[in-house]
Amino acid sequence: MRGARLALWGGFALVLALLPLGWRNDYYLSLLNFIGIHTILVVGLNLLMGYAGQISLGHAAFFGVGAYTSGILTATYGVNPWLALVAGLALAAGLAFLIGVPALKLRGYYLAMATLGFGVIVYIFFVQAQRFTGGPSGLSGIPALSLPGFTFHTPLRLYGLIWTATLGILALSAGLVDSRLGRALRALHDSEVAAESLGIHTQRLKLLIFVWSALYASLAGSLYAHTLNFVAPSSFDIMFSIKLVTMVVVGGMASIWGSLLGAGVLTVLPELLVVFHDFEVVLFGAILMVVMIFLPRGLVRGLLDLWEYRHFRRESGGVSG
Amino acid sequence: MLQIRNLTASYGPVTALAGVTLHVREGEIVALIGANGAGKTTLLNAIAGLVRREGEITFTGRSLMTVAPEELVSLGVALVPEGRQLFAPLSVADHLLLGAYCRHRRVPAREIAADRERIFQLFPRLQERLEQPAGTMSGGEQQMLAIARALMARPRLLLLDEPSLGLAPLVVEAIMTTLARLRKQGLTVLLVEQNARAALKIADRAYVLETGRIILSGAARDLLADRQVTRAYLGRDYKEFTDGR
Repeated sequence: MRGARLALWGGFALVLALLPLGWRNDYYLSLLNFIGIHTILVVGLNLLMGYAGQISLGHAAFFGVGAYTSGILTATYGVNPWLALVAGLALAAGLAFLIGVPALKLRGYYLAMATLGFGVIVYIFFVQAQRFTGGPSGLSGIPALSLPGFTFHTPLRLYGLIWTATLGILALSAGLVDSRLGRALRALHDSEVAAESLGIHTQRLKLLIFVWSALYASLAGSLYAHTLNFVAPSSFDIMFSIKLVTMVVVGGMASIWGSLLGAGVLTVLPELLVVFHDFEVVLFGAILMVVMIFLPRGLVRGLLDLWEYRHFRRESGGVSG
Repeated sequence: MLQIRNLTASYGPVTALAGVTLHVREGEIVALIGANGAGKTTLLNAIAGLVRREGEITFTGRSLMTVAPEELVSLGVALVPEGRQLFAPLSVADHLLLGAYCRHRRVPAREIAADRERIFQLFPRLQERLEQPAGTMSGGEQQMLAIARALMARPRLLLLDEPSLGLAPLVVEAIMTTLARLRKQGLTVLLVEQNARAALKIADRAYVLETGRIILSGAARDLLADRQVTRAYLGRDYKEFTDGR
């Protein structure tokens, strides 16, 4: 079991390392980079939705907080990009804490409401605070991230950076889920009363995981800002928050690998559907509906179930037909 | 060990507990019996702080009125809630670890492992099903797991809410026997039951609850023989009415 899991992670890292060798097309690499950034966002949201049983409808805002903090501090004030990244993390965590304390005191989906409002406010701030954010036309001139003697300014170099971060975040999240804390999270998702009767501080734990997922979003935002070298409010609107929730559900709730798949599919799909021009949105919606009807537990779990079912049929000689 | 004085609780305008006074001494099994809606579960939930309550509750001299539900277990009081309240997708092993959640870093890991072995001696079935999701086990196994999970916290007082609910008579007997064994090992138990006969057989003392009030209390043996109790809760009169047919 442990060996199989290590092999899975090793294989995944190997594929990531080899992918750009055969595929040195800047468009494809950029697409992979966006999948990586989205994966970081979706894993964080999945920890919150799939494990803590809470929904955030404002994750695009935390993403934006990271992106704009990095952008403004580096482009306008010339702060070191790594320092700016840390500042973004601190700001996102602080904001998540402020929203989470009152919203998570109550049982139920109050966090969804609170984050929905937060998302709208942050979006309006990005548009209106022109002096800092550049307003609707955005903020440009964000420098690339760099290490001494090495700048991450080409898609290939960014690929290395982003996917190292993504792999690290995936591993960290898988470790968290397997830990004592992860067990407590799954318990409180199932029954808060029973979890409390075991001495689990459900409120504190939900707050912790909410702040945790905001940190992921902010990290993704900083990476995004330094990848595009440009940020505009439209990338952080409420629709993007909803798209993130969709990625979690399509990939599979409470599944680390599902987050990767959900982010991958929903990032690539619109690109593939571009050829259908005006029907793009319609097809996008239709595909989502089909996935949810036939694979309600998400792609990863659904495909595994299908495989097990066929496997079982073959072994029993198809008698059950 | 547990002292309850004049405890009241209500759901909106509906009074569920109208001034309950009872006590549990160390090493006792105390049964609380009563019909549906008498307030038995409310009483346990009031002790656990899961419903708003007024009155006085002390455990080993310490007031529980300001203690949050999730703090209770660290003080040595564990609740086995009504309907088991297991985490359906989690395995038996996960449940046992969660039971010891609050002991993490307070006691060495090997002590928790030793407790797990003790549990397996008590409930060998759980060891056989270690990796099985709790939701797929039989009702009896689930009840055993619910008790085992609570025991992993090493409580001094165990609050049990209707462990016999929906179980076959043989399984109920097995669970009651286990409780009697646990008491011999020094555990104190407050047992809420609708199955009065099974509860009174292993209990030292018992209280009868009716519409939020204690209407009768005494040694379990006496209550088993009490006419009022037998008629209301043990169904023994049925034989008299039908001449044993």
